[in-house]
Amino acid sequence: MKTINKIYTVLILFMLYAPILVLMLFSFNSTSNTGVFTGFSFYWYRELFRSAAAFAALKNTLVLAISSAVLSTLIGTMAAIGLRKMRNKYVKGLITSVTNIPMMNPDIVTGISMMLLFVFVGTMLGQQDKLNFWTLLIAHTTFNIPYVYLNVSPKFQQMDKHLPEAALDLGCTPLQAFFKVELPCIFSGIVTGFIIAFTMSLDDFVISYFCSGSDFQTLPILIYSMTKKEVTPDIYALSTLMIVAILTLLILSNLSGSKEERAKIRALRKKRAAARKEAKA
Amino acid sequence: MKKRTLLERMASAPHLVWMVLFIVAPLLFVAYYAFTTPDGSFTFENIAALSNHAETFLFSVCMALISTVICLLIGYPLAYCISRASARAQKILIMLIMLPMWMNLLIRTYSMMAILDDGGFLNNLLMRLGFAPVHIVGTAGAVIFGMVYNFLPYMVLPIHSVISKLDWRLIEAANDLGCNNFRVLTRVILPLSVPGIISGLTMVFVPSISTFYISQKLGGGTFELIGDTIERQFQNPVTYHVGASISLVMMILILISLAIMNRFSDSETGGMIA
Repeated sequence: MKTINKIYTVLILFMLYAPILVLMLFSFNSTSNTGVFTGFSFYWYRELFRSAAAFAALKNTLVLAISSAVLSTLIGTMAAIGLRKMRNKYVKGLITSVTNIPMMNPDIVTGISMMLLFVFVGTMLGQQDKLNFWTLLIAHTTFNIPYVYLNVSPKFQQMDKHLPEAALDLGCTPLQAFFKVELPCIFSGIVTGFIIAFTMSLDDFVISYFCSGSDFQTLPILIYSMTKKEVTPDIYALSTLMIVAILTLLILSNLSGSKEERAKIRALRKKRAAARKEAKA
Repeated sequence: MKKRTLLERMASAPHLVWMVLFIVAPLLFVAYYAFTTPDGSFTFENIAALSNHAETFLFSVCMALISTVICLLIGYPLAYCISRASARAQKILIMLIMLPMWMNLLIRTYSMMAILDDGGFLNNLLMRLGFAPVHIVGTAGAVIFGMVYNFLPYMVLPIHSVISKLDWRLIEAANDLGCNNFRVLTRVILPLSVPGIISGLTMVFVPSISTFYISQKLGGGTFELIGDTIERQFQNPVTYHVGASISLVMMILILISLAIMNRFSDSETGGMIA
């Protein structure tokens, strides 16, 4: 990399990370001042851990993310399985485009469209709380399905089409052929889809904002209502904890992913060292 | 290929039902609300009321366009720089670009506000160094800055994925045939990265035009984007109908421009490869 390229890259990365670093710094401020660092303390963390609302929101967020990821992975994978042999290109194209609508549309439109549906149906059924956990679950599952579908269905295209046929010829029933041959081929796509769905759900604010009621708040919604009021560093403390959690997750997933790679590199190094020793001898 | 069995047809059924109930039906509800009054009778009034918001709409389009162009101007060189690094460094750099995306938009915007605010970190720093404080939060520039800051990764990632897969023999060939570096960039690299640019443009433009949090925080409540207008209409059931009509128009315009962009990028790459 040329020096000028390096300088430019570092400069932009600095711009991207500066606000996050400042935020982390001020989460340890001893006063509620967010402009001047007056002294180091854990005050805002203690304040945060005392707040029942934050813990309830954290629990809600995780419950929602896991259940919507499971549901969307199930529906999206089944859709990919069901549609993989569809011959009619136009119908398939239509289904794919409609599936992708929540991904193309601005979040705010997806959010309000679902809210209108929920409010309308809720009013028809005479419900008091028209927006609750179930409406959030439906909304999150809906915007997650395209991510699962888009990760699973290409796996079928990459798979050797003769594999399931071979399994059938060797005496598998169609169901056995699916579970023993096809499922392992698409499994990595299912896992990726699940992880993306989970993180999309954790992170979503706009759609949740329109589809959630007062009795089920998620973390982004809580942060939104906190930032509407006076600026206090307890949000910084919460954000810092979330950033650290995400970082840990990412590092862990990267470590497990590159284990094989590193094992290979280590083997290579050993070989080289051995070769060097031999050469010396 | 064998015919689809009944079981396979059944497998896609939940998705089809879900799609009709929760993707198609909600959009029909938006259209229904856009063309009705609160008591349920048909009307064009909500659509006519759009003229009150025409100025906001144009303003939002301008803001979104400006921040998209800035993202392209900053993001393209960055994607290019990253793609010239070693494979290992590229992996780490892409990770670093993606990492802020994993942090909630609210947190990123909020920390931005805390830094740029009148009594914030930046102004305190400036005053300590003996400079005059600058008023940033509450200006259009701050909102554009917030959009660029939040959505830059969406521009860098697709462009990088296209440039990093470029066949570098083409560039060598261009060099051999007498192109200088600038001509290589304009005649070879840029045209070949059009698909990445197009998807970057749409990925930045769509969230920029529909945002309401960034303008609320960094705009300091001094001006309104179309996202704010929509959000405000949905605070009160009476104005749902106007909100629905604004959303409907915005959605149709965005989907049309996406379709045009996609066609443009398809024909471009098609022509390029042929």
